[in-house]
Amino acid sequence: MKYAKIFTLRKPMIACFTALTLLSFSVVPVTNAAEKLEKPNLKLGFIKLTDMAPFAIAYEKGFFKDEGLNVQLEAQANWKVVLDRVVSGELDGSHMLAPVPLGASVGFGAKADIITAFSMGLNGSAITVSNDIWKQMKPNVPVKDGVVVHPIKADALKPVVDLYKSKGKPFNMAMTFPVSSHNFKLRYWLAGGGISPGYYAPPQDTSGQVDASVMLSVTPPPQMPATMEAGTIFGFCVGEPWNQQAVAKGVGVPVITDDEMWKDIPEKVFGVNKAWAEKNPKTHVAVVKALIRASMWLDADNNKNRAEAVKILSQSKYVGADEKVIANSMTGTFEYEKGDKRALPDFNLFFRNNATYPYYSGAVWYLTQMRRWGQINEYKDDAWYIDTAKKVYRPDIYMLAADALVADKKAKAEDFPAKTETGFKPEQAYFIDGVAFDGTKPNDYLAKFAIGLKGKQVVAGGKVTGE
Amino acid sequence: MNNKLIKFFNLAGLTWFVPIVKICAGDNPTQQIRQMWLIIGVPIVAFIIFLSLWSASASRINTSLGAIPGPSAVWHEFGGLLDEHTAERQKEQEFYQQQLQENQETLTKDPKAEVNTFVYTGKSTYLDQIFTSLYTVFTGFILATLLAVPLGILCGMSETFRTALNPLIQIFKPVSPLAWLPIVTLTVSALYQTSDDSWFDKSFLTSAITVTLCSLWPTLINTTVGVASIDKDLVNVGKVLRLSWSTQIRKIILPSALPYIFTGMRLSLGVGWMVLIAAEMLAQNPGLGKFVWDEFQNGSSQSLGRIMVAVFTIGIIGFALDRVMQTLQNLFSFGKPQ
Repeated sequence: MKYAKIFTLRKPMIACFTALTLLSFSVVPVTNAAEKLEKPNLKLGFIKLTDMAPFAIAYEKGFFKDEGLNVQLEAQANWKVVLDRVVSGELDGSHMLAPVPLGASVGFGAKADIITAFSMGLNGSAITVSNDIWKQMKPNVPVKDGVVVHPIKADALKPVVDLYKSKGKPFNMAMTFPVSSHNFKLRYWLAGGGISPGYYAPPQDTSGQVDASVMLSVTPPPQMPATMEAGTIFGFCVGEPWNQQAVAKGVGVPVITDDEMWKDIPEKVFGVNKAWAEKNPKTHVAVVKALIRASMWLDADNNKNRAEAVKILSQSKYVGADEKVIANSMTGTFEYEKGDKRALPDFNLFFRNNATYPYYSGAVWYLTQMRRWGQINEYKDDAWYIDTAKKVYRPDIYMLAADALVADKKAKAEDFPAKTETGFKPEQAYFIDGVAFDGTKPNDYLAKFAIGLKGKQVVAGGKVTGE
Repeated sequence: MNNKLIKFFNLAGLTWFVPIVKICAGDNPTQQIRQMWLIIGVPIVAFIIFLSLWSASASRINTSLGAIPGPSAVWHEFGGLLDEHTAERQKEQEFYQQQLQENQETLTKDPKAEVNTFVYTGKSTYLDQIFTSLYTVFTGFILATLLAVPLGILCGMSETFRTALNPLIQIFKPVSPLAWLPIVTLTVSALYQTSDDSWFDKSFLTSAITVTLCSLWPTLINTTVGVASIDKDLVNVGKVLRLSWSTQIRKIILPSALPYIFTGMRLSLGVGWMVLIAAEMLAQNPGLGKFVWDEFQNGSSQSLGRIMVAVFTIGIIGFALDRVMQTLQNLFSFGKPQ
């Protein structure tokens, strides 16, 4: 009767059981009402990517439990499902692409009020091209002492794209979601090399291929290597472990990682429904506390825990990819061309550099990119960008959790940004194309790009119009 | 006695045992052994040939996840999944024990304190997922039957009704579950509000309703045909006797249409099981479909083997379900197996 318990659970029985237990406990008076969480049983969603690590660690290391939470983690099929289920309330919160709550707030795609008080990490993505494209690209890439010089700019790809264009063949690349960090990073890289990634023209045209030299489309992250192997796409931008997977399977070559393109890009966030957050403020803070501790654990003592984290993530219920594939990027190294493994200590940051703090400036950067490519197809003034960012990114809630951790002596005050933090990082200049970004002046920033909407320009009738 | 046994085995679909019973009863052994070879030996030989062909060809196909696993690798993965199941159950028990212990400690300190009664949230194991799938498919199937049989009887009894419904049936019958799913998902999300202790998950309802929508049609059509083709004399006798509607249905229509209804239900369950896997993949209902999808996403070196285990599980369960339905069908066909 080893498997006698297989008939256990399933909702109706759980419901009956909890009803019974609730009855039996309802006579017990509530004593510590102040400590009581509104909703201790939570279901959090994630996509199988290494940057879901704070969830897995908070679960496995008991950080959720320490906060009095009983959390169920559930892998989701794709980002669209994630967003829909957070909106519908099937999930209490989820691992989300950093720009998704912004997109939902602006109303590109589905309109919904999603907020985030926790950034799940910085960087961690890369752009990979297929072996065949790499072969054509490689002669254009500078070489020093016999090795390829990184970071590689899209200038090296431009002749290849032009060749395809002259033959009348489409050059297809993939990203993970229209409002994904990957879409914007891929577009940023391509445009930096003079390749037009195409515009969106909502509400009529949401394909994002108006006036495009490279056709971008959506592919779910885990299918990227397989789709590239099938020849449907020539390159993609995605989080780990799928770039390293492509290298391990010998189907493609990563050309640039995002921390070489713009250091410390907010990558994923922990997103919750605004209504949920208003109804469950203590629970929300408790989750953020557990996640902060998990991120601290991940980055503690110079990444010494990463090997253990890799082991946890390789379980089939979490990321599930082979341990050595996950280890490649999680342990501070990155393999480009097969055998060309380099040190990349800041790829996949979980806590260092205030990685968990939801900076307004990160949100504004994404909003500028949404404007640049026509997802926001009208002029907005600087105040609008800043207000939208402040509506969605909520460092105030983050600081409540941080203060509570300091009070619990589980963290030190200097681990977190100072109380005077404005939420705007000073002007950042480490972009691959050298264009500096100041989060308080989004329209000035947009005006600096050669390719992209600026000022009052709009996309209409299949082309860019206006001054 | 022997005849009864043989009849039982034939009815239950266990025809393998019939020759053995016959030998025991003293029938001509050579003839019976020939018969046995035909119904037991030949399928086994064919299966062995299939396994060796599979084993020989699998290692030659290299995918990006490594070679296609052969039979032994799949068997190995199956063992691994069972081990995972036991390990997970162990963890579950430990979780409850620890919770109990902690609660007792809190209560001894402060008898009025409120204690946690959390439900274990570990992953659902492969066996859990099989049972979720069965539970989902049967919910969908029962819903479909409850809808299809009354509708079918109405269609069979009234020609006007039949003509009215016919275009709808013809249009919706060929629709794939993948087309229904988005509509069902959105409708369920809009109409069904879940809370912490709701009986059903939305994903469960979505999958079950999709199964219903796809498996409705065979039962509906077969019931219609069955009811429509009842001997007119019987119906007329009913009219002469001035039987009420309900008595007519119970005494005349249902008994004569039952064989058809069961044939329809058997087809429906088959369709439902097939559709379920696709529905679960997209609705993320934690059953076999989600298992296959998650493993595909994992893309680890074990994934292909595990998906193969799922393929065999789905096949074997489908086969077993069909056999059960066939037996029911035979039972209700009053001795004329179809």
